[in-house]
Amino acid sequence: MLQTGLNHIESQPDFESLVRDNEKVMLCCGRMGPMCLPVYDIMESLGEDYANVAFRDMDFDGPASSIVRRLPHVRDFFSLPFTIYYNNGEVVHATSGIQTHQQVTESLDRAFGTAS
Amino acid sequence: MDKHYDVIIFGAGPAGLTAGIYLGRARAKTLILDTATVGGQTVLSYSVANYPGVEETSGREISQTMLRQAKSFGCEVRPYARIAEVELAGPEKAVTLENGSRFTFQVAVVATGGVPRKLGLESEEAFVSKGISFCATCDGDFFSDRPIAIIGGGNSALEEAIALSAFASHITIIHEFDHFQAEPWIVEEVRANPKMEFLMEQDIREFEGGGSLERVITKHKRTGEITVTPVDGCFIFIGYVANSSLVEGSVTLNDRGEIVTDEELRTNLPGVFAAGDVRAKRYRQITTAVADGTVAAMAALETLRGLER
Repeated sequence: MLQTGLNHIESQPDFESLVRDNEKVMLCCGRMGPMCLPVYDIMESLGEDYANVAFRDMDFDGPASSIVRRLPHVRDFFSLPFTIYYNNGEVVHATSGIQTHQQVTESLDRAFGTAS
Repeated sequence: MDKHYDVIIFGAGPAGLTAGIYLGRARAKTLILDTATVGGQTVLSYSVANYPGVEETSGREISQTMLRQAKSFGCEVRPYARIAEVELAGPEKAVTLENGSRFTFQVAVVATGGVPRKLGLESEEAFVSKGISFCATCDGDFFSDRPIAIIGGGNSALEEAIALSAFASHITIIHEFDHFQAEPWIVEEVRANPKMEFLMEQDIREFEGGGSLERVITKHKRTGEITVTPVDGCFIFIGYVANSSLVEGSVTLNDRGEIVTDEELRTNLPGVFAAGDVRAKRYRQITTAVADGTVAAMAALETLRGLER
């Protein structure tokens, strides 16, 4: 169970309603580990600047993580967290490992256009 | 309009937060700016077991506690600050953020810490998180029953090699010298581990692979012999570099890019102090960073009192 200020995706139905109800989604799949925590913090800090993006996390060791683990986009990933950007339910970008604030905003802008 | 502070601390790791606690408690108007998250390198530690007074905690927890303490004393903290310009030379100092915010201040504490040293190869960047890692604890289990390499020969490299031997099928330790700098007992333990193989006196030439890392190419420093080591992962532990780019050109640095200070952590610039891993010193621990933050804050308060007189 992740202890963050983000809303969690814990099941397949959670995920399905997430991508059905939100055009733009940033989903961070990780653990409560040192490379993941800074990314959760960054996501929490970006809610205002990117109000049109749904920021969620997912426990890498939880049952829902198969949604992310089976994606072809993560086949070559060897560092947590796996961060996936969905636009209209389609994966448009993915990153592996710790990211800086600048890297996350660049990924958001690349995936969805500039901040709202 | 500019906002004025008595002190601005650059960096929200243990040194910066400690300075913030002391300065806030002394009622100096203090702002901590960090370009990243609060905690610095400390948040990368799963477990901290050698911080006196705390039996065991995580790096994140100890950082969050320090943050709460600093804030409780009135210290303002801004993580993820995008700093455009810093002026430290005169008596009235200033920092401008990319969003146009400008803050003036009288005293600076530079506590910007350090970052893991990289080899500097383009192919290294290409495979970061796709086989190349700097954190054994975080990524070790991705390499269960797979061959990996470890680059480095100090305590960190060999301690992590021992930890990673619980996962990896085979470990090649690649080092630039003909001997290890690690403590003898660690070297002994590594040499006794049947999963370990050693490639000494090597220059790293290239990392190669497709979507992820597949091999490390090295060259023997004396003979020039090229060795190709097939691996799925490579962990790099070759030390840290001071994160001093913010003050490069204004504050005196040594040949390793670390800020040179006196005993009270003054730099060559009046009213500018340095604390923690960014300054030239031998031992780098959370406890030594905290000690630095304390000394810098007390010396900064003395400077502020001198300016008031």
